[in-house]
Amino acid sequence: MTHIGNPGATGNSVIATSKEGLEATGVTITTAGAAQPGPAGPSQDRSPANGWSPAGVLDHGWARLFLGLLIPAALIAAWQWSTSVGLFSVVQLPPPAMVFEAAADLIQRGELATHVAISTQRVLIGFAGGAALGLAFGALVGLSRWADVLLAPMIGALRAVPSLAWVPLLILWMKIGEDSKVTLILIGAFFPVFTTVSLALRHVDRNLVEAGRAFGLKGLKLLTTVQLPAVVPSVFSGLRLALAQAWLFLVAAELIASSMGLGFLLTDSQNNGRTDRLLLAIVLLAVIGKITDALLGVAEKWAVKRWA
Amino acid sequence: MTAVIPSVRPAAPSSPDSSSTVDPAHHASALPVSFRALRRTFGTGNAAHTVLRDIDFDVRRGEVLAILGPSGCGKSTLLRAAAGLDAPSAGSVDIDGTPVQGIDSRCAFAFQEPRLLPWHTLQANVAIGLPKGTSAKQGKSKVGRLLELVGLDKFAKHRPREVSGGMAQRASLARALARNPGVLLLDEPFGALDALTRIKMQDLLLDVHAAEPTTVLLVTHDVDEALQLADRIIVLGKETGKEHDGATIVRTVDVPGDRPRNRGSVELARMRSSLLASLGVDGH
Ligand SMILES: Nc1ncnc2c1ncn2[C@@H]1O[C@H](COP(=O)(O)OP(=O)(O)O)[C@@H](O)[C@H]1O
Ligand SMILES: [Mg+2]
Repeated sequence: MTHIGNPGATGNSVIATSKEGLEATGVTITTAGAAQPGPAGPSQDRSPANGWSPAGVLDHGWARLFLGLLIPAALIAAWQWSTSVGLFSVVQLPPPAMVFEAAADLIQRGELATHVAISTQRVLIGFAGGAALGLAFGALVGLSRWADVLLAPMIGALRAVPSLAWVPLLILWMKIGEDSKVTLILIGAFFPVFTTVSLALRHVDRNLVEAGRAFGLKGLKLLTTVQLPAVVPSVFSGLRLALAQAWLFLVAAELIASSMGLGFLLTDSQNNGRTDRLLLAIVLLAVIGKITDALLGVAEKWAVKRWA
Repeated sequence: MTAVIPSVRPAAPSSPDSSSTVDPAHHASALPVSFRALRRTFGTGNAAHTVLRDIDFDVRRGEVLAILGPSGCGKSTLLRAAAGLDAPSAGSVDIDGTPVQGIDSRCAFAFQEPRLLPWHTLQANVAIGLPKGTSAKQGKSKVGRLLELVGLDKFAKHRPREVSGGMAQRASLARALARNPGVLLLDEPFGALDALTRIKMQDLLLDVHAAEPTTVLLVTHDVDEALQLADRIIVLGKETGKEHDGATIVRTVDVPGDRPRNRGSVELARMRSSLLASLGVDGH
C-alpha cells in the first residue's frame, strides 16, 4: 500500500508540526533537516551549487579545522615577530619560545598536570551540579505556573549578583576548600541551563503535549516522553553556555584563594613576575575551554539528530 | 468521488476477514455517549464568545456518528469535550452513564493533524496509544498488526518527518486504534489524504468498526464521507435568528442502508444535496 502516499501535496503538515516545535524552543540550528524532508543532507543547504564552490570547502571537517587554526597561527607569528624586533620588553611580553619552555619546565616538575587536572575537575563537578539543578528548577518553573510565579523573581534576582560577590560569603561559610570553589562554579553553571530550559519548556508545541495527554501521559511520564525530548536542542545550547560560564567562574574562584589550578597559576605568576607562565595559563584556559566545548558540541550534534 | 461497485462485506460485528485486528486481551466494548445541555463559551466579560450551546444528544452504543458543520463552528470543540481535553462551560458529556471529568481513558482521539512525536519512529508513536497495562509482547504484535492494517508496516522504523503527511495521518489513526477505545473520536482524520487513500482508509475504518465494536464520533467536512460511513449525521450550525449565539445541532439525519453503501445510489444523492443545502451550499 506504499504507493498511495502523497508526499508532494500533503507532506507539509507533519513537517510544519515538528518545525514549529523546534522554533518554539528557540533553536534555529536544526531547521535544516526539518525544512527538507527526504534524504537531503545538511551539507546541501549552505552551498546551493552542486560541485565545487568556495563555500563547499567549509563543509569538510579537516578543512574547517585547518582554516580555524589560521588566525591563531598568524597571531603567534605576529607575537614572535614583535618580540624579536624588541617591541616589548621580556617582562611585558616574553617570546613564544619562553612560554613553551615554561610549559616544559612545569611539566617536568609535574606541576602543570596538577594545575590542569584540579581545574578541570572543579569545572566538571561544578558544571554537573549546576546543570542538574538548572535542569530541575528549569523544568519546575517552565512547567508549573505556581513555581514560575513563586520562584522566577527570586532566581532572576540571584542571577544579577556578580560572580565575585559570592566569593567572600562562600569562603566564610565553606572555608577555603574545594567546596567553596565548586559551589561558585555550580552557581555559574546553573543560570544558563535554568534560563534556557524554563523558557524552552514554556514553548513546547501545545498540540504535541495535548496529544500526549490525550493518550494518558501525565506528570513525570509526560515530561520524559514529550516535553524533555522536545527541548533537547535548547538544553544543549544551555549546557554549552553553562560550561563556558563554569570556566569563567573557575578563574574567579581560583584567583582569590587557592594553592593549585590554572587560576592560581595566574595570580602566582603575577606575584612572581613570571609573564611567561601567566601567558601559559591564559593559553591553557583558552585551549581546554575550547576542547571541552567542542566535546559537548559533538554530544549536542548527536542529540539534536536523535531528538529533533 | 465517483461510484464504487459495492462489494459484499457484512457489516455485522464479527466480520471474518478482519478478525485478525481483534485483540481479545484488550477488548473494550462500545460505549454510549450523551451530551447534556452542553455549552462552551471562550473568554469572559466583553470578550466572551459562545461557540457551542444547547447540545443535547445521545450517541448509541457502537454507532458511527458523523458531525458536519461549517469550519469554525465548534466541531473540534465538541470532540475535545467528549475526550475530556476541554471542559464545557455548562452541561456535561456522559460516557456509559458516567460524566467525563478530565482526560478520559475510555476515549481515543485522532487529531486533525498527525501530532506524532518527531523523535520517535512510527512504531513507537503508535505504541503510545496502547492502553495501560499492555504487556511488551502483546503491545509489539498489536502495533505491528495495526501498522500493517494502515499500510505502514514497511515504514515502522521511519521517523514522522521521513514519511508523507498522509502516511503520518494514518499512523495517527493507528495510534488511536491501538487503544481499543470504547469511544473513538476522529477529527477530520482523512482530510489530508488523497482521494484514493481516503477511500481505502474509510473502508479500513469500517472493517475495524465491524471487527471491534466501538462508538465512533467522526468530524468531517466531506458530506460523501459522512454518507458512506455514518449511521447518523448531525449538522452543527447557527439557528436562524440566533446568529449571535453559538452553534447547536440544527439537523439530525438517519442514513439508510447497510455499509458499504453504493456511492451512486439515488437516495444518497438526494440526501447529499439536502445536507449540502443545510451547510449553505447549493446541492448539485
Ligand atoms: N482555546 C480556545 N480559546 C478561544 N477560542 C477557541 C479555543 N478553541 C476554539 N476556539 C474557537 O472556537 C471556535 C470553534 O473552533 P473549532 O471547534 O476548532 O471549530 P471547527 O473544528 O468546527 O472548525 C473557533 O471560532 C475558535 O476560534
Ligand atoms: Mg476542527
